[in-house]
Amino acid sequence: MELSTVWFLLIAVLWTGYLVLEGFDFGVGMLLPVLGRNDKERRVMINTIGPVWDGNEVWLLTAGGATFAAFPEWYATLFSGFYLALLLILLALIARIVAFEWRGKINDDRWRAWFDRGLVIGSWVPSVLWGVAFGNIVRGVALDEGFQYVGSFFDLLNPFALVGGAVTTLIFLTHGAIYLTMKTDGEIRQRAGALAEKLALATLVVAGAWAVWLQLAYSVGWTWVATGIAAVALIGVALFTRQRKEGFAFIASAVAIVFAVVLIFGSLYPDVLPDINGVNSLTVHNASSTDYTLTVMTWVAVLLTPVVLAYQAWTYWVFRKRITVEQIPEHTGLPYAKV
Amino acid sequence: MDALDLARWQFGITTVYHFIFVPLTIGLSPLVALMQTFWYRTGNQRWLRLTKFFGKLLLINFAIGVATGIVQEFQFGMNWSEYSRFVGDIFGAPLAMEALAAFFIESTFLGLWIFGWDKLPKKLHLAMIWLVAFGTNLSAYFILAANSWMQHPTGAIYNPETGRAEMVSIGDVLFNPTALATFPHVIMTSLITAGTFIAGIAAWWMVKDAKERPDRAKDIWRPALVFATIVLVIAGIGIGATGDWQAKMMFDQQPMKMAAAEALTEDSPNGADFSLLAIGDLNNDPDSVRHLLAIPGLTSFLAKGDFSAPLDGINTLQQTYTDNYVTNPDLPEGTALPEGQDFVPNLAVTYWSFRLMIGFAVFSALLALASLWYTRRGQIVDKPWFGKLGLLALPMPFLAASFGWIFTEMGRQPWIVAPNPNPAGVDGVWLATVMGVSQVVSPTSVIISLVSFTLLYAVCAVIWFKLLYRYVLNGVADTEPDVSPDANPDSDASRPMSFAY
Ligand code: HDD
Ligand code: HEM
Ligand code: HEM
Repeated sequence: MELSTVWFLLIAVLWTGYLVLEGFDFGVGMLLPVLGRNDKERRVMINTIGPVWDGNEVWLLTAGGATFAAFPEWYATLFSGFYLALLLILLALIARIVAFEWRGKINDDRWRAWFDRGLVIGSWVPSVLWGVAFGNIVRGVALDEGFQYVGSFFDLLNPFALVGGAVTTLIFLTHGAIYLTMKTDGEIRQRAGALAEKLALATLVVAGAWAVWLQLAYSVGWTWVATGIAAVALIGVALFTRQRKEGFAFIASAVAIVFAVVLIFGSLYPDVLPDINGVNSLTVHNASSTDYTLTVMTWVAVLLTPVVLAYQAWTYWVFRKRITVEQIPEHTGLPYAKV
Repeated sequence: MDALDLARWQFGITTVYHFIFVPLTIGLSPLVALMQTFWYRTGNQRWLRLTKFFGKLLLINFAIGVATGIVQEFQFGMNWSEYSRFVGDIFGAPLAMEALAAFFIESTFLGLWIFGWDKLPKKLHLAMIWLVAFGTNLSAYFILAANSWMQHPTGAIYNPETGRAEMVSIGDVLFNPTALATFPHVIMTSLITAGTFIAGIAAWWMVKDAKERPDRAKDIWRPALVFATIVLVIAGIGIGATGDWQAKMMFDQQPMKMAAAEALTEDSPNGADFSLLAIGDLNNDPDSVRHLLAIPGLTSFLAKGDFSAPLDGINTLQQTYTDNYVTNPDLPEGTALPEGQDFVPNLAVTYWSFRLMIGFAVFSALLALASLWYTRRGQIVDKPWFGKLGLLALPMPFLAASFGWIFTEMGRQPWIVAPNPNPAGVDGVWLATVMGVSQVVSPTSVIISLVSFTLLYAVCAVIWFKLLYRYVLNGVADTEPDVSPDANPDSDASRPMSFAY
């Protein structure tokens, strides 16, 4: 296989890691006001992802860095073209990150309420916008012969992409609710389970419809297989959440995300960013780095990725226990006082 | 202002902002790891209490470093997409390696350290903070290798067909001599920042505690101060040595930057003076510069180790650059810069930022010297001026580091990738900053992002400051339970978590 194709696959893998892992982080964040009825419950939810959210987010940074290294043209066109959308995502992520770390530092209801807002908005905005972004990537955007994006911000808000935004949001909501059923106990677990059951149906309908739309309008034959597996997985999610088989439901929703990525990247290949007019598309060939750089980066990725996976898996093992309201310690933050 | 100026402002603001917090993380993580090691080795509660105290401050700071770092990862594509196209083959590699090799370590093991006090055996838990320290320093190396490549391209060639730079040796990119000098300088900066942070806080608290809680002043703050002072002495020597190394290299690689730093307008065939004070018009006119105070020959000494070594001035260098990059008939098609191109960076900024970088370190030096003297033979200090000196010194290394970067980056102008005609550098790989800016991003978009980042960052800075201030004032806990599984072999799993957000 050509190295540029290998890197296309590797970037798909990095996005998969990101969407599967940060997907439930976003889900938990979005559901904070829905499932957390009081501060203790909200803290239970936040602490299910407390030790891992930063490691999960690094999958995004790695995907970004790898795109820069392996497909500079893609990196350049995409991020300058989607400038304002990316700006919104970055602002949201900033709010979310400081919220995790700073929320508990001052023991004051209003203080916490502000950071809860940061966390919730910081989870909703990227969940929607990543879907919109991927919708546009699959659909193609207007590119000129220098591979510059020549559309406007509002061109990105087309129906296909907007439904894509709804799809990622629903998937992450479901994924997050299921994650909570696995990581908490007591009332929150019940509530999360009941909600997951409803969300699973909505996701099945919306994501299924979008996948078929994508398949018919923008894809190739073989990705029907991915669409099929994703659909089966989503049906699995619906069934398992009904039966409260939490572990299976989680695996099923992870599989659905994996195959959604396969569908998206499979539809793209060999393009990385299609021109909507089919003339100036960026492809794995014309967007990629030299063979030398790709070879170097392949070695780095092959050596390091398994190590990263190993220690991240170990983290999940260390923090494998369910968290309950009883285990949440009293606030250790300092009282609010004027500086 | 056009999109270029706006993009530069935006990049300058977000990057300088990122680097306000980062040196503290880079420096403080190994120092906290050392404190925890002292506790592990000696079992002395003092070090556990200090670990927890400074650990909290580290975490408050870490959050903002991560939040602002994410912006950095995407900014090259957003604002500097043409630059990204030009250098991606080379520059992307260290960036991707940084994420894969360093950010994962840093973020994963930090989570384990924060939440793992009661879950991991003591020794393993100690390893977590050391891994965090390793990760932060490793990430600094990769990003500095990337930055060094912009200052001094190595391991690459220019491909006239694609109009891009291409990597030919990853070893030369990663072990760029410029990176080898820059990295220790930045690490020393970070240790000075963190050392001053610990010393300043400990000094202030020691004076405050001297009357009412002399036991705590002696038992907690004095050891912390002595520890930080040792760090400051070592890093202080290190910063001078590595700075000198960088300066010598820069004379070869970017003679214009150093000439600008010295406001050296004319050639100095018999050795150049080091100017302490100069004035000139702010419109960047080299001919208006007047030197008022100077140390004879020192600049030549800094550059070449010889007080009478001849150096080229700005006017000569302007001509040399024009010959090489404007009127040179051998340049590849379409790469010549326009007639009348100005190769002189902003003189006032380079001149003063260089002096401020060095000058702001004086406070840390004073603090270190005073504490060496006054804490000798087990004494504690109760002199109010000493506590005030501690507080005064706290912000100074942050300022010094920011000015150091402003010097480095603005002194490189008008190049985004600076050409290096010196014998060790690669030839033909360079890019002017104008050529690097994104073409499709409208000034309005840049203004939107400039304003929104600046506002959000300002809010974050206020909270960051408030939190640090509150936590410093609150001081160190009087007792700190040992919650490790080693000390509590039969505690059950449903007990409250030792730490929760
Ligand atoms: C506490 C902060 C601090 C202090 C006291 C110093 N520096 Fe520094 N310096 C930095 C913090 C810094 C920095 C922010 O970390 C920079 C910016 C880029 C870099 O590599 O480090 C820097 C850059 C920098 C450069 C520019 C390198 C380039 O443009 O490629 C030179 C020549 C020096 N330094 C030299 C010195 C000398 C001779 C010092 C006197 C003893 C000194 N520095 C003290
Ligand atoms: C954290 C420390 C750094 C600081 C404080 C810093 C600061 C700055 C500043 C102030 C500018 C604006 C220059 C101008 O207005 O002329 C700038 C430009 C730039 N810097 Fe840095 N920089 C840092 C590190 C880096 C690193 C590590 C890289 C590369 C990995 C980098 C890449 C750039 C680029 C691409 C530009 C835009 C082009 C230009 O205007 O020169 N910087 N930086
Ligand atoms: C302009 C180029 C830069 C880029 C692209 C960049 C990127 C990033 C990113 C993405 C993060 C967040 C990592 C996480 O989520 O865990 C981060 C944090 C960090 N960066 Fe930067 N950075 C830049 C400049 C620098 C420089 C010049 C240094 C050091 C010399 C540095 C050192 C660090 C460190 C140590 C952290 C982790 C600690 C903390 O977050 O406070 N960065 N950076």
